[in-house]
Amino acid sequence: MSGTFIGMPVFPPPTHPAFPKAAREAVRNPTLRGNLRHATHTIRAKRAKAVAELSDWDRLREAGRLIKDHTLRHLERHLLRLEESVTAAGGTVHWAADADEANRIVAGLVKATGESEVVKVKSMATQEIGLNEALEAEGIRAYETDLAELIVQLGKDRPSHILVPAIHRNRGEIRDIFREEMGRWGRPAPEGLTDTPAELAEAARLHLREKFLRAKVGISGANFMVAETGTLVVVESEGNGRMCLTLPETLISVVGIEKVVPTWRDLEVFLQTLPRSSTAERMNPYTSMWTGTTDEDGPSAFHLVLLDNGRTDTLADQVGRQALRCIRCSACLNVCPVYERAGGHAYGSVYPGPIGAILSPQLRGTESEIDASLPYASSLCGACYEVCPVAIDIPEVLVHLRERVVEGGVTVRQGNKVVLKPAKGHAAERAAMRAARWTFSHPGALRTGQRLASRTRRLQPRTLPGPGKAWSGTRDLPAVPAEPFRDWWQRTHGGKDGAE
Amino acid sequence: MRVALFLTCVNDTLYPDTGRAVVKLLTRLGVEVDFPMSQTCCGQAHYNTGYRHEAEPLARHFSDVFGEYEAIVTPSGSCGAMVRELYPRMGGRARSEGRGDTLARVLAPVADRTYELTEFLVDVLGVTDVGASYPHTVTYHPTCHGLRGLGLGDRPRRLLEAVKGLELVELPGAEECCGFGGTFALKNSDVSAAMGTDKVRNAESTGAEVLCAADNSCLMHIGGTMTRLAVGMRPVHIAEILASTETRAETAA
Repeated sequence: MSGTFIGMPVFPPPTHPAFPKAAREAVRNPTLRGNLRHATHTIRAKRAKAVAELSDWDRLREAGRLIKDHTLRHLERHLLRLEESVTAAGGTVHWAADADEANRIVAGLVKATGESEVVKVKSMATQEIGLNEALEAEGIRAYETDLAELIVQLGKDRPSHILVPAIHRNRGEIRDIFREEMGRWGRPAPEGLTDTPAELAEAARLHLREKFLRAKVGISGANFMVAETGTLVVVESEGNGRMCLTLPETLISVVGIEKVVPTWRDLEVFLQTLPRSSTAERMNPYTSMWTGTTDEDGPSAFHLVLLDNGRTDTLADQVGRQALRCIRCSACLNVCPVYERAGGHAYGSVYPGPIGAILSPQLRGTESEIDASLPYASSLCGACYEVCPVAIDIPEVLVHLRERVVEGGVTVRQGNKVVLKPAKGHAAERAAMRAARWTFSHPGALRTGQRLASRTRRLQPRTLPGPGKAWSGTRDLPAVPAEPFRDWWQRTHGGKDGAE
Repeated sequence: MRVALFLTCVNDTLYPDTGRAVVKLLTRLGVEVDFPMSQTCCGQAHYNTGYRHEAEPLARHFSDVFGEYEAIVTPSGSCGAMVRELYPRMGGRARSEGRGDTLARVLAPVADRTYELTEFLVDVLGVTDVGASYPHTVTYHPTCHGLRGLGLGDRPRRLLEAVKGLELVELPGAEECCGFGGTFALKNSDVSAAMGTDKVRNAESTGAEVLCAADNSCLMHIGGTMTRLAVGMRPVHIAEILASTETRAETAA
């Protein structure tokens, strides 16, 4: 990593603490919790309203699920078709197996233009691979142009949300960041900048305009890639994306391979479900589509970098592959009670919230402390599944990944089948689970245990040692009754008359 | 009609009053209740924590115990969802692992015949007025597995609304998880406690005397938070309200 921090940290962060520890800080930060609560509840309510407007939402959701599943099932075919269409339209396609390869390709392409600055449309894929840092190491400075992403970059911060990366910041904090940092990156913030949204937006607009007009290279991601025509699609709200996509001479798009859809017509579904699920809008203010290059209009060179980085491995997993349906709407984050309290940074990934908890351990593997803890970063309440516009059963995948963590098993890494050992730190839990299973398989033993608990109930402490301490630190334990139900049942001869 | 009561290990051990209430309620409605003594645990904690292979023998045991019954009734949305939604999934996983159809075949009948209590009352018995009387202000928390897992919808509310003397008040943020989540409460205790505190504060804001839910596990977490925060409310399982014949005079006395 370079000395100058210019955006997102290198992915993955190898020493990120496990989720429970990382979440603790956020839980104890009232400002952060207040910011998150306000923002997620507002957008949650708006989304529900926008979705309720459509009488065929369930059918759209099912259609989205089917299109994505079908595409993933025949991914290779659709990608080859995409490559053909993009090439025919004057673009160049590059294949990147992992983050390093993608970064190398992009840095090489930028260097070939002789430029040392690029403007960027907000893109999850380039964050995932740590592109900004990789470019910086090559002497190329990348400017984020999405407003929230700009706030994050100027604040030497990390994004904490897929759609609104600066959701954890309030207006006062943003004003301070603009005042202190803008000058170092280009046009300074206007004198006497206040924290009114209009003034903050205007300061960002003036700052960014300089960048747009000067940049010769633009870097984007894409929400969709249409195989039949080679068309890429970016949907956004601010117009910065359109500036980055049309003004530079060279456009480089880094896109995950799962973003392909077979036909133009498939967009019909997602262009309805994505904006409603994400920004609670009926349609995105800016929907930009481009197909290769066109003489005297837009960039004269177009490169598409198709990124794998763990996606093919994820596709090999029958239960987990549904995570690749994700269209990055972030509805699951906004409705998640755990995300609301823990904040996005606790997930140690550019993909926070419920989708991050199933995507990151699949893309990166479950070996690191953070990745082994992410499948447990959920109470399995199911709210994420309910709002997901492509019906990803996130709780199902979470439980599946928990199994991988505690029991190990066969998985695919970089195309090879590997047998994972159970993760460390679960030995006591495994022993307890086995003991419980044994007791529950022997009703007599269960009964003995219940009676023992009842007989010693007056001796039982209010607080617990070991893992139970986590419970009794904030909650009282229930009192053990004098008699378990089954003893009462037997005593009352089956209680057939309901007598007590 | 004769049904098997699947009380759940948590209720059996810690909340026998709920079991007694279910027996009283169903008996009052003319249902013959049997409690198979060899029942233990559905295996949900194992399954949801990632120990599917430890959960399998418990599911098989469940099927051995309950397989002969026409209907299995349980006063727990989450254990009900385990049997009905996740047993078939376990069977499917065994099949996809090349272990044949046996598990799926063994678990299908119990999955099909398991009903959560309020579902059984409304859908099978076709009653919403169960002849209960409970002169208290009550707010209702729809638990996640009941709400989203089993799709209980407004059944519990309809049952509560028909209870004499009961005043039902709206719980703000009702559909948000209370933060229990089984082993989640231990593994992520800070987040769990924060969620529980918000749930209790919302409940407190209603001014109700009682917070009611259809799952004692969630009530254990909410109730434990209530006593720790010294909130003057009681957590009560819906079965105990529906079984109640308490009148105002009794309350006064």
